[in-house]
Amino acid sequence: MAEIFDLLVSAAFWTATLRIATPYILGTLGELVCERAGVLNLGIEGIMTLGAMAGWMAVYQGADLWTGVAVAALCGGLLGLLHAGLTVPLGLSQHVAGIGVTLLGTSLSYFVYRLVLPQASTPPTIEPFQPLPIPGLSDIPVLGPALFSQTALTYLALLLVGLVAYVLYRTPVGLALRMVGENPAAAEAQGLSVTGLRVGAVVAGSALMGLAGSFLTLSAFNAFFFNMVNGRGWICIALVVFASWQPGKALLGALLFAAFDAFQLRLQQITGGVLPYQLFLMLPYLLSILALVLMSRRAAYPRALMIPYRKGER
Amino acid sequence: MTAVRPGMTEQAGGGPKRVLRLAGITKRFGPLLANDAISLDLHEGEVLALLGENGAGKTTLMNILFGHYMADEGYVEAFGRRLAPASPKAALAAGIGMVHQHFTLADNLSVLDNVVVGTESLWRPWSDRGAGRRRLLELGTRFGLKVDPDAQVASLSVGERQRVEILKALYRDARILILDEPTAVLTPQESAGLFETLRRLTADGLAVVFISHKMHEVFSASDTVAVLRGGRLVATRRTAETDRAELAELMVGRAVKPPTSAPMAAGEPVLALSGVTVRSEDGRALLDRLDLTILRHQVIGIAGVSGNGQAALAELVSGLVAPESGTVTLLNAPVEGADPAGMVRRGVARIPEDRHATGLVGGMAVWENLIAERYRDPAFSRFGVLRRGVARRHAEEVIRAFDVRGAGPDTRTQLLSGGNMQKLILGRTLAHGPHLILASQPTRGLDIGAVSYVHGRLLEARAAGAGVLLISEDLDEILALSDMLAVIHHGRLTPLMPRESVSIQQLGLLMAGQWEGVLDGAPHGARETVS
Repeated sequence: MAEIFDLLVSAAFWTATLRIATPYILGTLGELVCERAGVLNLGIEGIMTLGAMAGWMAVYQGADLWTGVAVAALCGGLLGLLHAGLTVPLGLSQHVAGIGVTLLGTSLSYFVYRLVLPQASTPPTIEPFQPLPIPGLSDIPVLGPALFSQTALTYLALLLVGLVAYVLYRTPVGLALRMVGENPAAAEAQGLSVTGLRVGAVVAGSALMGLAGSFLTLSAFNAFFFNMVNGRGWICIALVVFASWQPGKALLGALLFAAFDAFQLRLQQITGGVLPYQLFLMLPYLLSILALVLMSRRAAYPRALMIPYRKGER
Repeated sequence: MTAVRPGMTEQAGGGPKRVLRLAGITKRFGPLLANDAISLDLHEGEVLALLGENGAGKTTLMNILFGHYMADEGYVEAFGRRLAPASPKAALAAGIGMVHQHFTLADNLSVLDNVVVGTESLWRPWSDRGAGRRRLLELGTRFGLKVDPDAQVASLSVGERQRVEILKALYRDARILILDEPTAVLTPQESAGLFETLRRLTADGLAVVFISHKMHEVFSASDTVAVLRGGRLVATRRTAETDRAELAELMVGRAVKPPTSAPMAAGEPVLALSGVTVRSEDGRALLDRLDLTILRHQVIGIAGVSGNGQAALAELVSGLVAPESGTVTLLNAPVEGADPAGMVRRGVARIPEDRHATGLVGGMAVWENLIAERYRDPAFSRFGVLRRGVARRHAEEVIRAFDVRGAGPDTRTQLLSGGNMQKLILGRTLAHGPHLILASQPTRGLDIGAVSYVHGRLLEARAAGAGVLLISEDLDEILALSDMLAVIHHGRLTPLMPRESVSIQQLGLLMAGQWEGVLDGAPHGARETVS
């Protein structure tokens, strides 16, 4: 018991938590932006994979790290444009289109990777983002290393939480975006372009998902593996529901899930093989299902979520 | 001619200025001619009522005017300038505001959000909420449209939502206001409030078009009335110079005689509710200790503003929910638990409130819908296999007997008009000689012709010995059909009152929940005469 307590107050645990949380924060924000505009984006898993591959590949080919990040966001946005094109102007099923985008994004990534590196048996590596301690603040005990000696992408993710919240709740475009997710007919009657807003939101949200993917290859690891995203995209979709479609709660949810994950990793070490490790791997998912059940029973979901809008129809 | 009101600018030719002109608007949907060369003028300070049956082309015309549809021929001119076709944005910019029949508000957003969305440049880095709020409150005071800017739309009553819709248009400096069936969902008092608002607006120089198929509204609120029939403009009249009979005839194309309910001696009880309470999942009482008895040869009307327990009452009588306490007795036998199929077998005919959601399956054929309540009946299935031939012949009979137009047994049901769908439901429920008919909003959204057909059928069933429970938000309907009536408010029911003993004003007060003073005149004795 004392060991668990020591673990929970250790700086290393919280540093890991924030690092693990970063792709969830970015991915959840991206999904949240899409869903707030009324479009479910099940392409997230494939978009994150493509972002991870494209960002890494750009850096491997000689670009600097930030260019790699931009390439990842751009590729994410392009897949988002595909998803938006299928679901918004064409009004196809958002589930089917999203799963299609995931399959396409994932296999396209593997294909391109194999095409460029046909022989690689051990994945080649790059020099990833290094921790960037903020002078002064990073010396605070526990909190300092956890919050203020992360890599640049983690700081960016935290900034983006505030930015997305500000845009959604304080700007005209954010209000318009929420309106098309609640009642597109009302938005249309106010002279707004439902198609334009929804496509824009899906592209922007997908760019964020691309960023989330690039964190994996440019910051958390230094290489691209197959099956790298490993269901993180699906967790983001659950986290959006957990967060009741609010950016602040999305941050909280991502941190909570990451904490479970960091906790189970260390628990495996503490118990030292008495229990099968698969049991611990399960733990974060079990706990997040429980949290989801508790938190989202009364969630006020965007009313027009998953409903295609066709002009002139009720 | 309306008197020229203060605040209006006069044209050189005298009379108020023309603000809107529809010129030769024609619109086809496939083979259907929805609007046929319609030309209309609207003047400053004028209230124009656009009257017509369903399918006459009223809503199509207004949707062209507001830019939702593109006209095939003709054009719209506002304040002397032609509008770009099919662009709500152009209509808004020209000062045209539209209040749709189905409100276009986002429930989860605040009133202020709903009003200001789209009024600022999208890429402003922040929204000027302070200025928006001040302007909204100022407009509210000026035109008597009080709403709380920070309230969630979901928490507002229907009347308040309508005020928000009107404020939305005013906020964008609308000078021409289009209202699509504005009173369909309001209590008489709320309607009176709306008409008062319209008077304030026109005094300020706005012009109003409202679409309606209710006569009394035309007379209480409009200066001019334009009648549409079958896509054509058949007449334009000064409201003061016409009367109900003339307008009804213009609308329908022939003289209409509404069926009348002849007095009839009531028989034995068919349904008795005693102390019935029904609660929602979160424990709210939807029906609160209800007592009600319906006799044979009797129509009982239940009036009330929607959302006061009508849905729960209908679900209870159709057997979809069981009461938490109290007893339900059908034909002298108790009803236990929730058993919709059992209720149908025991002779309860149901006309559901929403024919699209719970009445019919739009994607299925007419014959399938007609046997939906009794497909397990040996008449329609044997050894678990449907007898399609029998069912089709049954469908043909119902189609003929109930005059369902444009349908064969294999027609997909969603292709029928609302009136014909309702006839189909009547056919399904009345074909088997029911003891009790539950009619929820049986004529909502139907035109005069279809309304009098449905009313006639209900009265026929009453004459044949059925008891009818009529739940309606349309007071004209309640007063035309009911032998006895009661008002439901917050799940409580007033005692039954003979139709002749109450006025529309009293019903309005009861519907708003002000029972003291009104009920003193009709004491509980009214209930004792029937139970």
